[in-house]
Amino acid sequence: MSAASQSAHVADHEEDVKGHGDQSGHGSFKGYVTGFVLSIILTAIPFWLVMGDVLGNDRLTGLVIMGFAVMQIVVHMVYFLHMNTKSEGGWTILALIFTLTLVVITLTGSVWVMYHLNTNMMPMTPASLHQHAH
Amino acid sequence: MFANLDLQKLLFGRLTLEAIPYHEPILLVTFIGVAIGGVAVLGLITYMRWWGPLWRDWFTSVDHKKIGIMYVVLALVMLLRGFSDALLMRSQQAIAFGANEGYLPPHHYDQIFTAHGVIMIFFVAMPLVTGLMNFVVPLQIGARDVAFPFLNNFSFWMTVSGAVTIMASLFVGEFARTGWLAYPPLSGPAGSPGVGVDYYIWGLQIAGIGTLLSGINLIATIVKMRAPGMTMMKMPIFTWTSLCTNILIVAAFPILTAVLALLSLDRYVGTHFFSNDLGGNPMMYVNLIWIWGHPEVYILILPAFGVFSEIVSTFSGKRLFGYASMVYATVVITILSYLVWLHHFFTMGSGASVNSFFGITTMIISIPTGAKLFNWLFTMYKGRIRFDVPMLWAIGFMVTFTIGGMTGVLLAVPPADFVLHNSLFLIAHFHNVIIGGVLFGMLAGITYWFPKAFGYQLDPFWGKMSFWFWLVGFYFAFMPLYVLGLMGVTRRVQHFDDPSLQIWFIIAAFGAVLIALGILAFIIQLVVSFMRREELRDVTGDPWGGRTLEWSTSSPPPDYNFAFTPVIHDHDAWSDMKRRGYARPLKDFRPIHMPKNTGTGMILGILSIGFSFGMIWYIWWLAALTFIAMAVVTIGHTFNYNRDFHIPADTVVGTEAARTRLLERRV
Repeated sequence: MSAASQSAHVADHEEDVKGHGDQSGHGSFKGYVTGFVLSIILTAIPFWLVMGDVLGNDRLTGLVIMGFAVMQIVVHMVYFLHMNTKSEGGWTILALIFTLTLVVITLTGSVWVMYHLNTNMMPMTPASLHQHAH
Repeated sequence: MFANLDLQKLLFGRLTLEAIPYHEPILLVTFIGVAIGGVAVLGLITYMRWWGPLWRDWFTSVDHKKIGIMYVVLALVMLLRGFSDALLMRSQQAIAFGANEGYLPPHHYDQIFTAHGVIMIFFVAMPLVTGLMNFVVPLQIGARDVAFPFLNNFSFWMTVSGAVTIMASLFVGEFARTGWLAYPPLSGPAGSPGVGVDYYIWGLQIAGIGTLLSGINLIATIVKMRAPGMTMMKMPIFTWTSLCTNILIVAAFPILTAVLALLSLDRYVGTHFFSNDLGGNPMMYVNLIWIWGHPEVYILILPAFGVFSEIVSTFSGKRLFGYASMVYATVVITILSYLVWLHHFFTMGSGASVNSFFGITTMIISIPTGAKLFNWLFTMYKGRIRFDVPMLWAIGFMVTFTIGGMTGVLLAVPPADFVLHNSLFLIAHFHNVIIGGVLFGMLAGITYWFPKAFGYQLDPFWGKMSFWFWLVGFYFAFMPLYVLGLMGVTRRVQHFDDPSLQIWFIIAAFGAVLIALGILAFIIQLVVSFMRREELRDVTGDPWGGRTLEWSTSSPPPDYNFAFTPVIHDHDAWSDMKRRGYARPLKDFRPIHMPKNTGTGMILGILSIGFSFGMIWYIWWLAALTFIAMAVVTIGHTFNYNRDFHIPADTVVGTEAARTRLLERRV
């Protein structure tokens, strides 16, 4: 960040203790409409996939719907939360990347750890006893 | 419908007179002691007419300096409680051999080791860290307060409420008997039907809100409110480590909140997240709580690293060696701290691939820490070292922490951990890094910044006494535990049969007594320094020849910290300003815009104590009433537009002129 924008921030802060310091863009009418239409489309397609049983395969349908869910998240972040690489001098995108990294670590790590839970444990269920017998 | 309604149950839930432990002599004596002490303190405050000033200048204050000081006071009070628990445990284990059962029955002993852990981590280490960051960070970055001053006050009172909730368990009911992380199924409704675990849950949930909010607050402060010219790579190292610590707080504490909420559901409404049947799995709790718990370790130690960086460079009279590598090491630790959590349960039963992955990441995380140690050593190399008390703590830390770090790497080897898991070796290891790292760091920081906070230095003689008792006491108290752990003695044991172990426990108890003397010397130091405050007065505002911005203002700083926001050209900003022959601005002062004090934080804190008490004892009307009251007060506060005022230019002129006279008189 340059010294000039720094001092601008300081000045803003001084004046805006009372109201809230409104700096980054809050989006435009066009942006909101685009986001709204996109999210309706992204919601309607999964509905159609399920209701019409278009793909004919439950597992595939589930995966496709999850794909649409991810796109939906991105649409919300870009059009409603105004996420871009420039706002707040890049801090928001940095925070997002950090959060995503940690969420991925936490979720995949937990799944991996819990999947491995009993690898070195004595077999307990009849099925696993049977497996270990071979 | 109302025929079999039990009025007592409705009014008091499961709280009965039986819950007051008047049949336990130890608790009764403690209670009488606390009551007499409490009445004495309240009486003194009333007699001295301190209630008004306390309320106006401290409890309702949104000044980051005062809130920081209050956090440290809270931590020191809780340290006394946590350390009393330690003394009880050490003396019990020193005598409870063979026919001697000691004086603490198992159900009491179990509460004590749980309370010791919970209090030391959540209500001593955390408030010390938060308090120090609160006080120092805005001064180091040239700001007038934190980003959200009211939120800061609110966070503090939530922390206090959590502490009060935990302390209440001493005299009303019982505390958890589960160990400091309350693993299920022991902490589940079947394993712990009493109120102990509920005290634990609600105490931590409430304090957790405070911690999380203060984390958000300090991140916003550091990111948005640095003085012009202070780019990220010109920030003081303590500010850097504070930033990383608060990022860790914001990322990790929600996991703790969530996992405790799931445990509450298991206990309150009969879900089966962590039970052994109906699809539940207790290991999921262990997994989740350590995803919070390992970053928590670094939340505590990073600010201590920051304190030592400031102290080593100040007292060596040199710029810190390897500033950039220090920053990168901190950031790398921040990320890596999320990749090691499984080393807390290597013995779970997982396979070689999981255990070796987490073993290796654990060894990797010691590398940036090692890099930091070399940076401090190279900073001292060819420096003009002054052995003032903060520097003594720093050197004691370097030696002690290195030993603790190495035993940590030993534990990171899964096969070795299979032998040492839950043994006293582990206990010795984490006390080695928490006392030798966090506690030494915080005591060093308190000694270092005390003159800034109060305007006079701490008496060096009693400071040295405190340091040496702590250092020697630590080695006496914990080296025997390493030996015992290698012999296979496990933690949390109330009685032993093998008499050959006793001598080690007696040595450890002796060490605990030495540490007690260290704490006593610290208290004496506070009193003596107050008595001798005129001789120890810091007139310049820069008693140590400091290098960072907080030393450029007066001691104690004025309410507004800096009459003019400083402009930064280099890191070690104050040392740079001194070199350039900086002259204090003496005129053209302007009115300064400041936030107003408010009692809302304290009111919410008190209400949350009522809420948690209602939840713990199933007094539903109380819980509902206080919850609604909290919502009303919170919403009401948003309509309070009378939040700020201007310090008139005349007042600023007066304050600054007084400082000018003081500085001139000294020359």
